[in-house]
Amino acid sequence: MKDWLNARNAIVVLVIAGLLLLPLYSSMTGNIFLLTLFTRIVIFAMAAASLNLIMGYGGMMSFGHAAYLGIGGYAVGILAHEGIGSGFIQWPVALIASALFALVIGALSLRTRGVYFIMITLAFAQMAYYVASGLSRYGGDDGLTIYKRSDFGGLINLSSRVQLYYFCLACMFGVIYLIWRIVNSRFGMVVQGLRSNEARMQAIGFPANRYRLVCFVISGTMCGLAGALLANNTDFVSPAVMYWTRSGDLMVMVILGGMGSLFGPVLGAIVYLVLEESLSQVTEYWALIMGPLLLLIVLFGRGGIVGLLGRLRRG
Amino acid sequence: MLLVVEQFLNGLQFGLLLFLLAAGLTLVFGIMDFVNLAHGSLYMMGAYFAATFVAWTGNFIVGILLALGATLLLGIVLEFVALRHFYGRDHLDHVLATFGLILFFNDAVRLIWGPGGLALPLPAWLTVPIQIMPGVFYPSYRLAIIAVSLAVAAFLYVVVMRTRLGMLIRAGASNREMIGALGINIKLLYTLVFGLGAALAGLAGLMQAPILTVQIGMGENILILAFVIIVIGGIGSIRGAFLAAIFVGLIDTLGRAFLPDLLRQVLSSTAASTAAPALSSMLIYLVMAMVLVVRPEGLFPANRR
Repeated sequence: MKDWLNARNAIVVLVIAGLLLLPLYSSMTGNIFLLTLFTRIVIFAMAAASLNLIMGYGGMMSFGHAAYLGIGGYAVGILAHEGIGSGFIQWPVALIASALFALVIGALSLRTRGVYFIMITLAFAQMAYYVASGLSRYGGDDGLTIYKRSDFGGLINLSSRVQLYYFCLACMFGVIYLIWRIVNSRFGMVVQGLRSNEARMQAIGFPANRYRLVCFVISGTMCGLAGALLANNTDFVSPAVMYWTRSGDLMVMVILGGMGSLFGPVLGAIVYLVLEESLSQVTEYWALIMGPLLLLIVLFGRGGIVGLLGRLRRG
Repeated sequence: MLLVVEQFLNGLQFGLLLFLLAAGLTLVFGIMDFVNLAHGSLYMMGAYFAATFVAWTGNFIVGILLALGATLLLGIVLEFVALRHFYGRDHLDHVLATFGLILFFNDAVRLIWGPGGLALPLPAWLTVPIQIMPGVFYPSYRLAIIAVSLAVAAFLYVVVMRTRLGMLIRAGASNREMIGALGINIKLLYTLVFGLGAALAGLAGLMQAPILTVQIGMGENILILAFVIIVIGGIGSIRGAFLAAIFVGLIDTLGRAFLPDLLRQVLSSTAASTAAPALSSMLIYLVMAMVLVVRPEGLFPANRR
């Protein structure tokens, strides 16, 4: 603990400072694209961080996390469509809907382990995708345009790019702080203990699935928040945000950054989305490079970026 | 009555097609302990190869055989170059690596064949309807799919249960070190099994191609169904995959066909027409959820000892 001055922490501090100062840079240079790109990155970083809570700390490999992005987004979109524009209604509904969905699919999925769990969470998320595609009143396949962003009275104006960015950033830090508190609480210790050795934890009297389920629901709710932000950022929500490749993207961000590290998913989201953006500017067929790159990262990059930085220090 | 028979056969045909896909998936998982998300990409490649080779040779059967060979080869190359380095790693690593492969294949197809879909036209002798019962006609191509799939299922059963190769495969599934110590080239065996799985996926893809269009991402939705099937059937069990596939194929097809009418009798017609599409696409997931509640390991778990 005493030698906190290492490569990993230095990078994390640099990244946080960069994220905080980004709107300043963008307004000085007039580079609005950078700000919108990073608003998206911050939102996905939040979603990845929430996935990391169950994957990295809880050992639950959910392949359906993008479903909450969609549920949070559709909660905002549908309420806006029905004329309820207040964020004080939209957002709690988004969070509650995500939590309920997580509760139901968590209760079913957690009966299984390992690959079964991966496939079942994937299948349930895909079910949410098909249901959203079937909502013909709310755009169906084509998605739903949100004409007015969530209204928070005079408190904050989400239509302002800079305010939205800082709001997303604040939410992200809030989520990460919450995860930090959870991981270091008694509850978090139990969940991590369950990841290491379920049989022993049960033998000393902890109800394994109840702890896991609560953790799963917390994570889903956090991701629902990211979904509500995402819908506000793009003024649009469509079934495509829940498509299973989105869940894959989130997983990749977590692995890339470093599973089970607090800021790993943030680094992973930044690297993955910036890489995607810059590759797609070079060639239309960016996935031709990204795909094999992923293969190599999985093959050689144990512990992700955070693990790499850790090794750097030890030499 | 006529509609019921027709939809029942459609469901059976779809289920058998799903079985081909699920069998490859569950074979690779049961034997190599490898989760292959890119299985859907092999399905897609099978369809693209078939569309290309049939157009190229001008002969349906020759084109399809070439496409099968090409998918088999592709699977073997894929296993040899990339995937064999992942055996013994965490399942999560498999998922991510093959997720990367899906991205790669989708864009490779876009680069080679362009973003638009292809069509795989049927030869004239496969488009005539056949009278299966007095007054009931059924497309001969769909009957052909049913026949071929059943033959492949029987072939798989014979190979796995009755031949020396199948014995080695089963032995490799239960103890890979022991079979290696007995002097069997386990790596070659794994490559063969992977190639077989790829060929099965390719076969499913090219048989489905004339019914739907050949397009990018066609393997992804059906792959999820294959997952549902092996979860219901029990991972690693071919028998479970067979029964679950037919079950899922029937439920999905019959649900889509008859649920709107059933709902209309209970609800108002506007409510029914909005609820029906969502409900019928949810149906198999609800079935899966129910199976999980009763039997978390699937209906026919493998390696029961």
